[in-house]
Amino acid sequence: MTVHTTSPQFKQNATRALGDAQLQKALGNVKQGFIDKRQKAAEALPEFEALRDSARDIKNHTLEHLDLYLEAYEEKVTASGGHVHFARNAEDAREIILGICREAGAKTVTKGKSMISEEIGINHHLEAHGIRPVETDLGEYIIQLRNEMPSHIIAPAVHLNATQVEQDFRRVHRHLDAKRDLSEPVQLLTEARSVLRERFLAADVGITGANFLVAETGTSIIVTNEGNGDLTQILPKTHIVLASIEKLVPTLEDVSQLLRVLARSATGQELSVYTTFSTGPRRSGDADGPENYHVVILDNGRSSMLGTSFEEMLRCIRCGACMNHCPVYHAVGGHAYGWVYPGPMGAVLTPSLIGVDKAGHLPNASTFCGRCESVCPVRIPLPKLMRHWREREFERHLTPATVRSGLNLWGFFAKRPALYRLATRAAMGAMGLAGRRHGRFAWLPMAKGWTKHRDFPAPQGETFQARWQRERKDKTA
Amino acid sequence: MSDLPSQGEGRRAKPRVGLFITCLVDLMRPSVGFAAVKLLEDAGCSVEVPVQTCCGQPAYNSGDRGTSRDLAERMIEAFRGFEYVVAPSGSCAGMVRKHYPELFEDDPNWLPKANALAAKTYELTSFLVDVMGVTAVNASFDGAVTYHDSCSGLRELGVKAQPRKLLASMPGVTLVEMNDSDVCCGFGGTFAVKYSDISGAIVEAKAKNIEAAQAPTLLAGDLGCLMNMAGRLSREGKPIAVRHVAEVLAGMTDEPPIGTAKEPRSA
Repeated sequence: MTVHTTSPQFKQNATRALGDAQLQKALGNVKQGFIDKRQKAAEALPEFEALRDSARDIKNHTLEHLDLYLEAYEEKVTASGGHVHFARNAEDAREIILGICREAGAKTVTKGKSMISEEIGINHHLEAHGIRPVETDLGEYIIQLRNEMPSHIIAPAVHLNATQVEQDFRRVHRHLDAKRDLSEPVQLLTEARSVLRERFLAADVGITGANFLVAETGTSIIVTNEGNGDLTQILPKTHIVLASIEKLVPTLEDVSQLLRVLARSATGQELSVYTTFSTGPRRSGDADGPENYHVVILDNGRSSMLGTSFEEMLRCIRCGACMNHCPVYHAVGGHAYGWVYPGPMGAVLTPSLIGVDKAGHLPNASTFCGRCESVCPVRIPLPKLMRHWREREFERHLTPATVRSGLNLWGFFAKRPALYRLATRAAMGAMGLAGRRHGRFAWLPMAKGWTKHRDFPAPQGETFQARWQRERKDKTA
Repeated sequence: MSDLPSQGEGRRAKPRVGLFITCLVDLMRPSVGFAAVKLLEDAGCSVEVPVQTCCGQPAYNSGDRGTSRDLAERMIEAFRGFEYVVAPSGSCAGMVRKHYPELFEDDPNWLPKANALAAKTYELTSFLVDVMGVTAVNASFDGAVTYHDSCSGLRELGVKAQPRKLLASMPGVTLVEMNDSDVCCGFGGTFAVKYSDISGAIVEAKAKNIEAAQAPTLLAGDLGCLMNMAGRLSREGKPIAVRHVAEVLAGMTDEPPIGTAKEPRSA
């Protein structure tokens, strides 16, 4: 366990989210903002579907030989003057990063967007040791001011609106003139930029994530739309790349294919505004770059997914398309999921990382509509993997007792056709009769969850099989 | 799916079709089953209904592989002798076509039988159009309809054009597309009960799209989704008639729409 989780309270989180009018309004932007853009980008590229196959194959190949590529990558980074640190878990990663920061005498650390840094809870750890972490991605900066988690893996503050951000800025940026107009988003951006410029220049260490680590060259790659990642990694004397083991990719050629599906799937852009490659520290003659270059590679439970059905989840390139297309995410937003990764990818990954006993709701809270799988750029069969978690839960008797007994009762009859016929004839006959007057039930004792939000249509009365037998008998008689 | 036989390939004399009635249609709305029988017979099939219960999907999606396999084995046996198996449901046909092979992937005895059943199992409208080469139905219905694409049929079996093609062959029918017709209605089987509040929010959004289409009739190919949407619409007091697409295609709309009473309702 790394960061506090409320995943066990998913249902309560969801109900609260559904009642939050401001959040519901903000979630409308997810539906409108991402889906059409992705579709247009995909349709504009004739080879998009073939690229998805290729992206899947590249990641599968890498995962099959992950040990070799990790070694090759380490060798290249070392040869270019950098240092690779392997962290078994979140605690190890935190200590390694704290050690590097202390060695650099760091007081301020700037950060590019990194979900791994959320996963290991690095900000609190640095703060607890007197080092000030400053998020430089605008969305991350906003939620840092609010002491919140990202609610989306590529749009961390998507749950907020501009008024809320203005209030946060006025609360924290004490220099702000109360009369200054901050009603437009661009004015908020200008304000954040002026504050962050000073932080960039003052930082002793810059921490970024990585979208890809290239084994062939020892290069780490980040994509951003704000350019904050570049300033984070170039200005301070020390750059720390924080990434998890599945970010490895064999070659630059492979990366170029993955980049072609990443931004299109995420935001509908052909490429993000900035795609930044870094290989080792500044060389003599380089115009800029850090003096020290460290890569911290986190496992945190991922290696135990290798060789299991959940290995496919390690293909994920964190585009966010699954949550952008998920009706459950649209309804409750990212925070309801209760940990770092929301939406369908979180519903599969989170149980692997924090335990299905804590995150058991997540793979169950899906209609299996399959829209996530249909847009995943690396073709992860997300519903299938969620079902696998349900199977693990069933085997371990973590499935709620009411669901289990309901299933057992249904299974008991379904396995006994003669009994089934008798029971269903009786039950449907009775229900048909009871529902005849209105054609539906506004309340049913056995299905309160159903009738809380909708009526239950009454059955017609006689079952199909009963009527078929009767009519066929009449025909042959 | 792309591996469906092309049009007309299966058009031999009287193909023998086993009707996979699906438990929801069997229990809740047998008229859909009779509509399916009529459509299949009109298309030149001989239809039989072997004794059946449930394909096991509720257990499968709840993680109970043991019960799912028990029920799947019964299904495989029940439909062994048929040339085709047809279900008035994309979700149930998808269970057999896509998931039975997964269910038996580690069982060399059952896997070939599961694959054989999967290969000959179809959702009703895709069977009519893609296998039997039906281009028009002989039924009448007057009015505008809007069509909801149920998720499993759409994304597991590629059912989208087929029901629209058949509806377009009916002169009296005007199809008005709703926004987001391919977005889930929030049913999800046991999801609707287990995560009632989320399901309720999703179907609420769906009901808004249905209403905005301003068609007096809503159609779809899966009874689970239809009961969910009909239940929401009636709860909101929206007078939209909800029917399985087979009822309209077969011209069998004598039964009152889903969730409405036979006799005039007392206030």
